[in-house]
Amino acid sequence: MEIKQTALAGTLESSDIQIMLSKGADGIKINLDSDVKKQFGTQITAVITEVLQKFEIENANVKAVDKGALDCVIKARTIAAAQRALGTTDKPAWEVL
Amino acid sequence: MVENTERLRRTMMFVPGNNPAMVKDAGIYGADSIMFDLEDAVSLAEKDAARDLIYEALTTVDYGDAELVVRINGLDTPFYENDIQAMVKAKVDVIRLPKTESAEMIQTLETLVIAAEKEFGIEVGTIHLMAAIESAKGVLNAPEIATASERMIGIALSAEDYTTDMKTHRYPDGAELEFARNMVLHAARAAGIAAFDTVFTNMDDPDGFYRETEHIHQLGFDGKSLVNPRQIEMVNKVYEPTQKEIATAKNVITAIAAAKAKGSGVIAMNGQMVDRPVVLRAQRVMNLAKASHLLDEEGNYIEK
Repeated sequence: MEIKQTALAGTLESSDIQIMLSKGADGIKINLDSDVKKQFGTQITAVITEVLQKFEIENANVKAVDKGALDCVIKARTIAAAQRALGTTDKPAWEVL
Repeated sequence: MVENTERLRRTMMFVPGNNPAMVKDAGIYGADSIMFDLEDAVSLAEKDAARDLIYEALTTVDYGDAELVVRINGLDTPFYENDIQAMVKAKVDVIRLPKTESAEMIQTLETLVIAAEKEFGIEVGTIHLMAAIESAKGVLNAPEIATASERMIGIALSAEDYTTDMKTHRYPDGAELEFARNMVLHAARAAGIAAFDTVFTNMDDPDGFYRETEHIHQLGFDGKSLVNPRQIEMVNKVYEPTQKEIATAKNVITAIAAAKAKGSGVIAMNGQMVDRPVVLRAQRVMNLAKASHLLDEEGNYIEK
């Protein structure tokens, strides 16, 4: 699926993660900013990548600012950002949840 | 039907649906029910994100024994159908419909819930429903709303919208809510479901909170909707049975068990007839005592 517009989901509050998705040309590129990047950076990017793959998004630039989000929050925010970027918010892809 | 295993619903804590910190911690305060809010607590631009967040939380976070409720957006909003589908797929315990005014609104909701249960391969009848009553029309139709579906577990009064509809506002003595409280309560009791009182929002007035909670406890409400976890302990304290009540309840239950063994359904205890309503009340006292951690494993009262 092709990204139609740059989209943002999540906040910079504690326990949240802000995900910005924009068009990319060269696979999924994730730029992660997190206080726990050393310990959890690989896990966080893995969760984001997995969600994007379920949406069949092959090319995207991701800017993620993590404030200590649990995996379920990372997943939820990536889903929201992806649906906003794809313009499918009104017809959610239930199989991805 | 009141059974010995009747679920306690003293406290229903509201949790804003788009706040990850509050959503992940909602289980630690010991609320009997947790109500994740997709409606008024979420801005229009974040409805989709909140729905995604609650879905993921419901399917991953362990909330212990708490009953999990989601307040969806109303029938007249573009979010209503997607909220239903997501929450059915997440297998939430209860969907709460806001601004309910008729039995038809509950039946419309039920039709969509059945369709979603079938779509996601969930046994039909799994998801329960409850209604929030927030207007004069809703109050007058409370009896038909309470019996609108076999899935109904309770009805709740929402006083902020209701008092606006009635051209008044909330007063400390609650006189403006008496009729609505009694309607909602009677409709719930007649239907055999739970009755929840409205929220009390002024956290700087604990005396007022206790006064209101004692009042609705006396009327017979199952419990109260809450906006702050600090209120959970306060409500539980009001609903906690006394040592004397527990002792009486234990005697009743022992006596009726002995009577049953002898083939009799009714007994006299201390010169008073003990029949079914007395036994049911005794069982409720014991349930509350257990939930209030006032009994040890053998059912003996624990001295404080």
